Amino acid sequence: METILEIDNLSKEYADFKLDNVSFNLKRGYIMGIIGPNGAGKTTTIKLIMNLIKRSSGEIKVFGLDNLKKEKEIKNRIGFVYSDINFYENFSVNNNAKIIANFYDNWNWEIFYAYLERFKINKNQIFKDLSKGMKVKFAISLALSHDAELLIMDEPTSGLDPIFRHEVINILQEYIEDGNRSIVFSTHIISDIEKMADYITFINKGKIVFSEDKIKLLDTYRIVKGGLDILDDTLENVFINITKNKYGFSGLTTNYSKLYEKYGSSLVIDKPNIEEIMIYMAGGNI
Amino acid sequence: MHSYTVKDDEVKILISHSNKQPIYEQISFQIKEQIINGELEAGELLPSIRNLAKELHVSVITTKRAYEELERDGFIHTVPGKGTFVAPQSLKSIEAKKYELLDGDLLNIINKSKVLNISKEELIRRINIIYVEGDRDGNNFRNR
Repeated sequence: METILEIDNLSKEYADFKLDNVSFNLKRGYIMGIIGPNGAGKTTTIKLIMNLIKRSSGEIKVFGLDNLKKEKEIKNRIGFVYSDINFYENFSVNNNAKIIANFYDNWNWEIFYAYLERFKINKNQIFKDLSKGMKVKFAISLALSHDAELLIMDEPTSGLDPIFRHEVINILQEYIEDGNRSIVFSTHIISDIEKMADYITFINKGKIVFSEDKIKLLDTYRIVKGGLDILDDTLENVFINITKNKYGFSGLTTNYSKLYEKYGSSLVIDKPNIEEIMIYMAGGNI
Repeated sequence: MHSYTVKDDEVKILISHSNKQPIYEQISFQIKEQIINGELEAGELLPSIRNLAKELHVSVITTKRAYEELERDGFIHTVPGKGTFVAPQSLKSIEAKKYELLDGDLLNIINKSKVLNISKEELIRRINIIYVEGDRDGNNFRNR
């Protein structure tokens, strides 16, 4: 299947932060969620894809095209939603849309008005009078109205209520149903990832911890718990990360079947959720 | 917890988010059940993985995995450009698959019995009692 986004050894150096050799791919027809703690590099990665900031090294291909050499063509085919939404405050919704529409060859007013109707946004309303949720809905309507093949969204659902997030997820799932379009979105809301992401890329401290098929991820890892009496160095080394308390230990591992053979039912072996995998992989304490 | 339903003429799928079983297994299990008990017949068209994902509000990779398992186990087959269909099942293979569906759950029960020091005879006696009681109460709850 065709790769729609390829990121290869991407780096960006700031005085106090480095995005360090980031690589991942996304196929056409799928949704990728980028997760990670605040300041991990999610927004930097997204800004680099959009060439809003200058990279230090590496390569980005969108639709198989170099994102610097073919920037204009690529952007024509991308729908973008920023986390800090910047439009003309004193213009109406419709006039803001007119400005954006000019940038796109395939802009479709009919589709745009249908989204406004669905989101119950009045096109004559002045932008600054919209609620935060409405502003996001407006931004999403814009991104979806020029037949973009790739949607790139930086925390589109942050600060929004669960009902609205659900609505957005439904619309995005509809958007990729034809199998030709893909979505990359960053978030720190794990439930959004669990509901709609096919692939999960976890960035921590500027590095990729994993970029993996969600089902495979959930199938690969187990949380193993047991008593401190059986815990020695050999056992401890089986774990990616382990935490201990007075009554026992708990660790994340891929080698759970070996452990089960050796220790049997004296261990508790649990399937972790995405959040638990993330916390263990980031080296945190649970 | 809420669940979602897909009813594409014949197929019926109910997803539970409070269930520990992975969602892709819930989907493949329910389709298997409907093929084995005859609710879904050979040659019937199944929803596309993308439509199923959208309707159930799950990711495409989830429904894709469910269909891959069903295809691997010979329950369905995909004709490129046409869709996914229920594969013809021989009576013999249906019998075998019935027990396959049951064996996983039985193994859990047997393991639990061992941990609780319940003997094989005791377990069988227990099954006999509950089987009859369940019939009498018209109990059709499904415990997965």
